[in-house]
Amino acid sequence: MITISEILEEISNSSAEEVVSSCLERIGPNNFNTFITIAKESALKTARENEGHTGPLAGVPIAIKDNISTKGIQTTCASRILGGYIPPYDAHVIERLKEAGAVIVGKVNMDEFAMGTSTETSHYGPTLNPWNTKTVPGGSSGGSAATVAAGEVPLALGSDTGGSVRCPASFCGVVGLKPTYGVISRYGLISYANSLEQIGPIASNVADMTLLFNVIAGHDPRDSTSVPGEKEYTKALVDDVKGLTIGVPKEYFGEGIDQAVEKSVWDGVHRLEDLGASWQEVEMPHTKYALAAYYVIAMSEASSNLARFDGMRYGLRLEKDHDWHTTYSAIRAQGFGEEVKRRILLGTYALSAGYMDKYYLKALKVRTLIKQDFERALKSTDVLIAPTMPTPAFKLGEKISDPLTLYMADVNTVPVNLSGVPSVSLPCGFSNGLPIGLQIMGKHFDEETIIRTAYTFEQNTDFHTKAPEVA
Amino acid sequence: MREESLKLRPYLDEVGVMIGLEIHVQLNKLNTKIFCGCPLDYHDDEPNTHTCPVCLGLPGSLPVINRKAVEYSIKVGLALGCSIEEHTQFYRKNYYYPDLPKGFQITQYDYPIASRGYINIEGEDGEVRIRINRAHMEEDPGRLVHEGGSIERSKYTLIDYNRSGVALLEIVTEPDIRSPKEARRFLDKLRNILEYLDVVDTTLEGSMRVDANISLSGGSRSEVKNISSHKGAERALLFEIVRQKNLLRRGGKVVQETRHFDEARGVTVSLRTKEEAHDYRYFPEADLVSLRVADWAPGIAKTLPELPDARRERFITHYSITDDHAKSLTSEKQVADFYEEVVNKSSKEITIKEIPLDIGIASISAVWIADILKGELNYRDLNIDSFRSDDMVSLIKLICYNKITEQSGVEVIRTILDEGGTPDEVVAAKGLLKAGSDLVTVAVEEVISENPGAVADYQNGKQEAINFLMGQVMKKTKGRADAKEVRKMIIQRV
Repeated sequence: MITISEILEEISNSSAEEVVSSCLERIGPNNFNTFITIAKESALKTARENEGHTGPLAGVPIAIKDNISTKGIQTTCASRILGGYIPPYDAHVIERLKEAGAVIVGKVNMDEFAMGTSTETSHYGPTLNPWNTKTVPGGSSGGSAATVAAGEVPLALGSDTGGSVRCPASFCGVVGLKPTYGVISRYGLISYANSLEQIGPIASNVADMTLLFNVIAGHDPRDSTSVPGEKEYTKALVDDVKGLTIGVPKEYFGEGIDQAVEKSVWDGVHRLEDLGASWQEVEMPHTKYALAAYYVIAMSEASSNLARFDGMRYGLRLEKDHDWHTTYSAIRAQGFGEEVKRRILLGTYALSAGYMDKYYLKALKVRTLIKQDFERALKSTDVLIAPTMPTPAFKLGEKISDPLTLYMADVNTVPVNLSGVPSVSLPCGFSNGLPIGLQIMGKHFDEETIIRTAYTFEQNTDFHTKAPEVA
Repeated sequence: MREESLKLRPYLDEVGVMIGLEIHVQLNKLNTKIFCGCPLDYHDDEPNTHTCPVCLGLPGSLPVINRKAVEYSIKVGLALGCSIEEHTQFYRKNYYYPDLPKGFQITQYDYPIASRGYINIEGEDGEVRIRINRAHMEEDPGRLVHEGGSIERSKYTLIDYNRSGVALLEIVTEPDIRSPKEARRFLDKLRNILEYLDVVDTTLEGSMRVDANISLSGGSRSEVKNISSHKGAERALLFEIVRQKNLLRRGGKVVQETRHFDEARGVTVSLRTKEEAHDYRYFPEADLVSLRVADWAPGIAKTLPELPDARRERFITHYSITDDHAKSLTSEKQVADFYEEVVNKSSKEITIKEIPLDIGIASISAVWIADILKGELNYRDLNIDSFRSDDMVSLIKLICYNKITEQSGVEVIRTILDEGGTPDEVVAAKGLLKAGSDLVTVAVEEVISENPGAVADYQNGKQEAINFLMGQVMKKTKGRADAKEVRKMIIQRV
C-alpha cells in the first residue's frame, strides 16, 4: 500500500504528472476489477495543472466511488441504468478535493446503487479482494477499499449507508471512516437511503484517512442536513489514550461471530488498556432489532430515491420509443439488477397504505431506541469498540444467492447508521491471511476521539504495515 | 371559531350540492424556485433555460428550502385566518409522470405550514364563511407541451422544466361551498386577498389552478382536476351538477373518480376511478429538515397589509360610501387603489364649496368608478390599468363644476376607452361642454315665440306641454343644456 507522504516525496523527486502517470499504469490492467472508469486524460491534465499547487493533497491520486457525481466523468452507480451518464456538476466533496489539489484518477466499483455487502451486485462484475482473489472485498465500497489495499492509489472515497465504507475497509485491511451524519455534505452523492448515509474517506493508515477527511468535511449550504462549522481533525492525530474509557457492547459479539475475529478485537481492547485506557462492558439491548429496522428504512427510502431513473433525461435508452408507461417499465426492467429491484419492491411494499404502520413507522421507532442505546452506552464511556464484521472476507459467490444471509453480515455496522454516530474501522489482526477490522464508534460529532483512539492503536501495532502481495 | 369549524353548512337546494376546492397558487412573485436558486422570470424565455441539477432532479442533487417561500406561505396562512403550527415538515409524494423529474413530488402532508382558516364570501343566502382546511407548500412539476395540440392528437410530447420547482401553495377548503357561483366568488375573493398580499401575479398563466370536488346528496364525489380559470371552475361545476343529476335521476350511481375539464368543449371527462387511484406512499423528506415556523409567524403578522374585508369597512366609515360601493371597489385591489388615488387627488384640486351638488367627492368618485367605469371596463373585458386615474380626476372636476352633463361624462369614458385621449380633449372634440346660459335663454325665447299653441296649452293647465317645449330647447342646444335648468326657465317665462 502507498501513503500520502510517499506520494508527496515522489512528486518532489519527479513531478505530479509522472506520479499520476505511474498510478495510471498501476490501475490500467484493472487486475482486481476495482475501476469502472479510468479518467486518464483528465487526470494527467489535472496533474500538469496542479504542478506547484500548495494544497494538502497537491498531485495526490484519488479514486472515487462511482455513486459520487463527477463533472465530465461517467458516473454509473455500477448500474446499467446509468451507463453513459456524464454528470454536468461536481459533488461538494469533489469540489473540495480539487481545491486541495487532488487528482481524480477514476471511478471505482461498488455494489449497484450501494446495495450490497460484497461488491458482487455491480453490473460491471465483482471486485476481487487483493488479499485473496477468491474472496470478496466487502461492500458496497469494495472498489474503493480494494484499490487502496492493492496499492493502486493512496486514497479513495466511499459511502456508508449501513457499513459500506467500514465493511470493505475491514475485509481489505485498510482504514475507513463513517462520519457523523451531517459532517460531510451529501450534495452530489447519489442517494440510496438518504437519512442514513455519509460519504467516507478510505486510506492505508489513520493519518492519511484523517487528512482526507479534513479536506472533505465541512459545511455546505446545498445540503440542508449539513452542519455548520469547520474543524481541524488532524489535531486529533495524537498517540495517547490515557484516561480513555472504552465500552465493549457484548451484543456485538453474538451468534455467528468468528473466533479469530473475537480474539483479535479483544486483543485490541487489551492493547489499548496497556496504553492507559480502561474498558467496561456496556449493554445495547436493542441491537438485535437494528438489522430489520435498517433494511425497512433503507429499502423504503431507496424505493423513492431510485424513482428518478426512468431513462427520460439521462442513462439507458431503448431502441424504439413507446408511450411513457411502457418506456419507464422497460427501462427499469432492463436497467436495474436483481438486488436493486428486490429492494425497490420491498421498500414500496413497506410504504404502502395498510403496511406503513407495521413496517416503516415501526422501524422509525426502533431507530429511536437504537439511538438511545448509543446515548446511554456513551454516557459512561468515550468510545465503543466492537468487531466491524463478524467474520473475515467470505468467498466470492458464497452468499450472493442467499440475500438474507448476506444482510446478516451487516449486523455490527447498521446500528451506527441508524443512530448517526461516527465510526472508524481499522485492521487489528489476520485470520488465514485475511484482515480483521476493529470498529471504534464515538459520540455524535466527536470524530476527534475515535481518530485519536485509532491513531494510538495503529502507532502501537503493526497491522497497518502489512499489505497483500500484488503481482 | 374552533367549535364552529366542526359544523357543516346545510344544503341549499333539494339535490344537495356540496363543493370543496383545492387551489394551487404559484408564488410567482418570489425571485427563485422553492428548492434551488433558479430565477422565476422564465415566461418569455426558451424552454429548459431556467434549470439546474436540483430542479432537473439530477442524481445526487439535494433540495434546499427557499425561506422567502416559507415567509410568503405564512403570510397567506395568516391572511386566511389560519394557525401556524409549531413546526412544519416536508414529505415525498411518490408517483410517476413525465413532468416529475424525481419520480416524487416534494410536498407537505402531516404538519402543513398553515391550517384551519376561512374566507367570508357573499353566499347564495347572505354572507357565509368558507372554511380552509389547510394550506401546504409544494413544488410545481415541469410543463408538458403536447405537439399538435391536445394529449389525444399529438404525436409526441416535449417537457419544459422551466416551471419545475416553482413554489406552490395548495389551499384546501372544507366542503362548505354550495353552488358553482359561490365557488367562483370564493376564487375571486381568494385572488383578491393574494393580490393584497403581493405574493402572486395572478395575471400570469397557471398562477391559480383549481381542483374541484363536488357531490350531490346521496352520491359519491367526483374531482375535476386542473381547471385554469375561475370562470372555467364555475362552468365545470355546472356541468358536473347536470351530469350527476341526470345520472341519479336515471337510477345510475355516481362513482368516485377523477375527471378532467375540457375547457374548449365545456365538458368533464373521466380520467380514473377510485380503483385506479394512486397510493402515493407519503413519507418524510429526510433531505429537508423540519422548520420551527412558530417563531416566524409573529414577525410576519406585523407585515400583513390591510386586507379586502378591513378595507371595505374603512371605505364605509371613512368615505361614507354605501356598502355596495365599498364592496365593489374593494373586490379588486387595483380598483380600490385607483379609487383612493382619485379621491385624494380630487379632494386637493376641488374645493367643496365650488361643488354645486350636495354630496362629497368620495361619493361622486364611488359612483363614477364603481357604477360607471367598472361597467364599461367589464363590457370591454379590460382592467383598471386601461384608464388613467388623472383622467378620472379631470372627469370628476368637469362633473362637479357642472361643465358637462352626466350623460356626456359617460360618453367621455367610452371615448377614452375606445379611442384614447383625455377628458378635456374629448369634451373639446365632441363639443360636450354644457351650453352657456345666454345661449339657453335665447333658445327658450325662440321656442316660446315659435310655439304659441303649446304655451297656451300649458297656461291652460296642460302639464305635458312643458315637456314638448323642453324638448324643443334641448334640440336647439343639441342636448348640451341642463334639463332641470331649462324646465325652470320655461316655467318662469310663461
